[in-house]
Amino acid sequence: MPTIKVDNQKLVVKDGDNLLQALLSAGIDIPYFCWHPAMGSIGACRQCAVVQYAGEDDTRGRIVMSCMTAVTDQARFSVATQSADQFRKSVIENLMLNHPHDCPVCEEGGECHLQDMTVMSGHSVRHYEGKKTTYRNQYLGPFIGHEMNRCITCYRCVRYYQDHAGGHDLNAFGSRDRVFFGRVESGLLESEFAGNLVEVCPTGVFTDKTFSKHYTRKWDLQSSPTICQGCSLGCNTYTSERYGQLRRVQNRYHHQVNGYFLCDRGRFGAQFVNAESRIRQAGIRNSQGLYDATELKTAIGIARSIISNASTIKGIGSPRASLESNQALRELVGQNNYSNGMTEVEQAMLQKIIDVLRSPIPTPSMMQTEQCDAVLVLGEDVTNFAPRLALSLRQATQNRAKTLALGVHIPLWHDAAVREIGQSDRSPLVIVTPTEDRLDEVASHVLRLAPDNIALLGDEICHAIKDEDNGTASDNVSSVAREIAGLLKQATKPLIVAGTSLQHPGILQAALNIAITLNQQNISAGFFACASESNSLGVAMLDNQHSISDIMAEQPETLVVLENDLQRRLGDRFDASLAGIKHLIVLDHLDNPTVSVSTLVLPAATFAEAEGTYVNNEGRAQRSFATFNPAGDITPSYELLDQLRSVKRHIDEIHHVIANSIPTLAGIVAAAPAASFRIEGAKIARMTHRASGRTAIDANISVHEPTPPMDDDSPLVYSMEGQHEQAPANLRAYSWAPGWNSNQSNHKFQQEVGGSERTGDPGILVLTGGGEIKTGDVTLTHRRLVPELHIFGSDELTNSAADLATLVTAPYLRMHGTTAQSLGVVQDDGVSFEVNKQRFSFAVIVDDSMPADSLAYPLIPATVVLTNLDDIQLSKAESWTKAPASGQRMITTDRSQ
Amino acid sequence: MTQSPLTRNIQGNGPTDILAYEASGGYLAARDNIGKADPADLLQLIKDSNLLGRGGAGFPTGMKWSFVPPADGNGHRYLVANADEMEPGTFKDRLIMENDPHQLIEGMLLSAYTLAADVGYIFIRAEYHLAIARIRSAISEAEQKCYLGDRILGSKYSFHLQVHISAGRYICGEETALLNSLEGKRATPRAKPPFPQVSGLWGRPTIVNNVETLCNIPHIVNHGANWFKSLGKGDNAGTKLFGASGRVKNPGCWELPMGTSIREILEVHAGGMQDGYMLKGFLPGGASTDFLTPDHLDLPMEYEAIQKAGSRMGTGLMVVLDDRACPVGMIANLEKFFARESCGFCTPCREGLPWVQGILDKIEAGHGQAADLEVLERQALFIGAIGNTHCAHAPGAMEPLVSGLKYFRSEFEQHIHDGRCPYAGES
Repeated sequence: MPTIKVDNQKLVVKDGDNLLQALLSAGIDIPYFCWHPAMGSIGACRQCAVVQYAGEDDTRGRIVMSCMTAVTDQARFSVATQSADQFRKSVIENLMLNHPHDCPVCEEGGECHLQDMTVMSGHSVRHYEGKKTTYRNQYLGPFIGHEMNRCITCYRCVRYYQDHAGGHDLNAFGSRDRVFFGRVESGLLESEFAGNLVEVCPTGVFTDKTFSKHYTRKWDLQSSPTICQGCSLGCNTYTSERYGQLRRVQNRYHHQVNGYFLCDRGRFGAQFVNAESRIRQAGIRNSQGLYDATELKTAIGIARSIISNASTIKGIGSPRASLESNQALRELVGQNNYSNGMTEVEQAMLQKIIDVLRSPIPTPSMMQTEQCDAVLVLGEDVTNFAPRLALSLRQATQNRAKTLALGVHIPLWHDAAVREIGQSDRSPLVIVTPTEDRLDEVASHVLRLAPDNIALLGDEICHAIKDEDNGTASDNVSSVAREIAGLLKQATKPLIVAGTSLQHPGILQAALNIAITLNQQNISAGFFACASESNSLGVAMLDNQHSISDIMAEQPETLVVLENDLQRRLGDRFDASLAGIKHLIVLDHLDNPTVSVSTLVLPAATFAEAEGTYVNNEGRAQRSFATFNPAGDITPSYELLDQLRSVKRHIDEIHHVIANSIPTLAGIVAAAPAASFRIEGAKIARMTHRASGRTAIDANISVHEPTPPMDDDSPLVYSMEGQHEQAPANLRAYSWAPGWNSNQSNHKFQQEVGGSERTGDPGILVLTGGGEIKTGDVTLTHRRLVPELHIFGSDELTNSAADLATLVTAPYLRMHGTTAQSLGVVQDDGVSFEVNKQRFSFAVIVDDSMPADSLAYPLIPATVVLTNLDDIQLSKAESWTKAPASGQRMITTDRSQ
Repeated sequence: MTQSPLTRNIQGNGPTDILAYEASGGYLAARDNIGKADPADLLQLIKDSNLLGRGGAGFPTGMKWSFVPPADGNGHRYLVANADEMEPGTFKDRLIMENDPHQLIEGMLLSAYTLAADVGYIFIRAEYHLAIARIRSAISEAEQKCYLGDRILGSKYSFHLQVHISAGRYICGEETALLNSLEGKRATPRAKPPFPQVSGLWGRPTIVNNVETLCNIPHIVNHGANWFKSLGKGDNAGTKLFGASGRVKNPGCWELPMGTSIREILEVHAGGMQDGYMLKGFLPGGASTDFLTPDHLDLPMEYEAIQKAGSRMGTGLMVVLDDRACPVGMIANLEKFFARESCGFCTPCREGLPWVQGILDKIEAGHGQAADLEVLERQALFIGAIGNTHCAHAPGAMEPLVSGLKYFRSEFEQHIHDGRCPYAGES
């Protein structure tokens, strides 16, 4: 560990860091723009200048950029010396020449890194009298606003978008003081990670358009630490509210899970909370089959009497509902009458994942996957199923470049140099999926196989690792398998990625067999499993006894369904399964087919309105806290379910009930502090200390200052009065530190730049060791229909987010040319098929990269009928007209004056 | 032995073809050395010759080459001729490339052999149509005679040479911006280290040399280091293409010994000032060098001597300012060029140069204020030091401004005081 001297203060710093990282880690403020903790240095903005002295006798020194300066033992620097200070002031002054100073009307104002750095550098008097450069803005899709006049040309956007996220359609154009960051022409930004531009941009060029629609200053938002509901990865988010509406979602740094970035489903999908289809009141189906809006108390009373009079009662829980709500349902209906809301297949696969997580097989966190030097993805379209992981796997492919760089003494933070020496030489990434995948472009090997063949290839790879020839595979398959096995065996940290998206237990087993076999050969191969929903693992751990079919098979008279659209699970069997049920009580957020056939519906609070514990795919139990107190009758499901059996208890009691009854979930109590948690006697404030308008916010109703809503459930308060930046990471409601109003304040809470939180990484890994795992037989499904996942469209809740919904594809069937030929159809024709005597017609996509025998359909609400079918009889759809290209919003040129 | 090796074939009668080039002793060094000489000996020879880079910085070529790591057999190694001659007032490489293109090819061949490079590029300014055509035809002549391509002259050594026409940015003359441009990326300089010797073109070991530098190599190989050193009049070895533009009687470019005095260049070779014009100052080696004045006429054109006088020898081609041209106007014009040619990567250059240009334009137009000079000086300090900026572009751009403020300050003040350019109407 080198020791450096900064303004006569001795600092022990981390070897391999640059000076900027070292200074920030030591708590010394220094302004910067182009450097980013996840993207390293390029030395463009020149803002982080300090003076470096040649030795003890050097009194003048020379200006160096701290981000481009390696820390070496005994090096001497000054941050405070006049020449460095003046230089940094000049950088800001020059950066500001063309900046419009439109802070009062800029969405970034109040959490703007440029504002913060300007104040930090001390520049205040302008000498420039010339004209400012102006630009024409572009339409970049429904998520991202563009205001180029504010640009300070730090190049972070293109570095993030192209180098980090692998996007192609955002570029730097032009030169001199007219560099333009945008697309060749207006249009939707293609990357699934474009939303991070909002946080990467240090000023207001790229802004969150969904937030701008109902904009509020950061200081006026009420926020809480939440867990993303978009998939199983459990990314940490800050969710913010004002006037009873969810306003936006931002990344909440987690050293092990999501780091600095989110996917666009996570960032923009949460707007489903405000959807028009939101269930805000209880409803009871009347004799005409319509729903009467009913006061919650009344509805609860009716539900109670239904339940007490029922001869049989069953409950179906949900992998997208919290552990607490599932537990409350389990207690309401009794353990033997509860299902966690999944099919047998999914339950069995999740059990397998739980077994791995408990076994000695290494199961890296998402951030740890970035360190892996060979990756095999078996059957998962990661970008569309567990999107944030795709961003991490892209980083993993860069490890080859990093190795090359270290070989010629290029420090890893020297981003451009690392990429230059790496060129397109990437660490091996093998993608084996049935349909095209965004990661194909960075993969060393791409194989398009039908699900059964993916499983068989996996099996063959396993044999190849053991140098066995099982003799069943073709020469072609076994030579590919040997090559892949070779890559995995040569790696120091190989990784196998698999999951549940294809609902194919054979693929999961094959992937697992590979990981086990590698580990048996003393190769520390990691296994990363993706599950479907935010709490898939949690509910599988809670109670994996009965599947949905088990419950349905008993034809219950009364069924309580918790936050689960059964049509998505049952597909064509949905109507028949529910036909015999007399009373269907549904608790949910949004209208859906299950709600539509219910006899009584109760308005359940979303993640933004209710506390909940979710276990992510790596077995990390994380607590999500309510952002706001919902208006009207909307109530957390666990509370509603307790009310149905006339019980009132605190959520922390449910944590203890779960912990006491399920030993593997005992850790959830410690996932976050209990409601009694205080710092210096105070709870944690959800609002900033600068929140304004408490007296005015309801002035249209009453000019008297309202009492803030009470929060007995959590250690947070619905108020600005409480602890702010002292909050531990798992309770911090927003990222702010003195002088750091933007999310760049992250480092103020980290042990070192880019490291763990000082108060520990949020959440508890509940599945650690103690188990054993053995290889198993690879089974096949013989299914011809393959679900094709879509980041926008395949998730139940986020589909109802207004802006995201515009990007959901129309239904189609993707098929190989030979299939199309045999049906007599071409691209954009229609094909139709019949299920339950109902005729469906979908568009044809001819795609010769598809495995010849498979038919892929998008996993979206319109195709739900295909969920459990193995095959369909297709014919050409007569009088088919191609639907207008849904999923591709018409390109308009708003704000492009 | 010739005393003007670089221009021995340049007599104003068209380009030298391969037969004429060979007849004048061309490709002798190649025939004697390719596949025969030990590259290490050649490297030592270049080191011993004290050849300094002719692109402007004057860095010892042998030392530059010695930083190339030994061949690892893992891929290409590159030699790039920097023929992107865009320095205002500089036209020396053009002279060679148009009139004796084989000299460059032989220089590259010998250099590449020394460096174990197998691919070469001539990165050439797009406006040099004639040079491009003549180099291309020379390359095909050389390929036919087995001086280029696979198994050169029957040896095991192969070297493939290609011409790459620049898309036309001054910054491409900066060697790492050149490499980025050659890779098809934005022409933005790279942060060093790593130097191109370690991670250059496509991340591979690369040497970028100026055309004139490379053209010296065959002669050093033929005649030895001591001969080369003896060509110089003073401390610097060899000859150099010097030249002058502006209101001199005979503007042009001449090969003269290193260390020739400025007076000799301007008064003898350039023929002195045109009638009716007096020498007021000059930029000794291109637009990005500091002004010198008639007081400096007796300095030898050598890297150190010019540096001591507060400027740089740069490319060695002088831009002459006479007494009837406005120095403020000249500097404003230069800064307009530099501001336009900024790549836009780092803040001081991207934002600072246009600000400086705007102020100079304002002063020249008669709208200047006293405070403007303070801003100019502050900006010059901010932009002007190497290390403050990402590359040497902006510091180079500040050289004529800083020296102009030093030598012609009264003229700036007069513009501001009078509210007009005192030279208006002069020509």
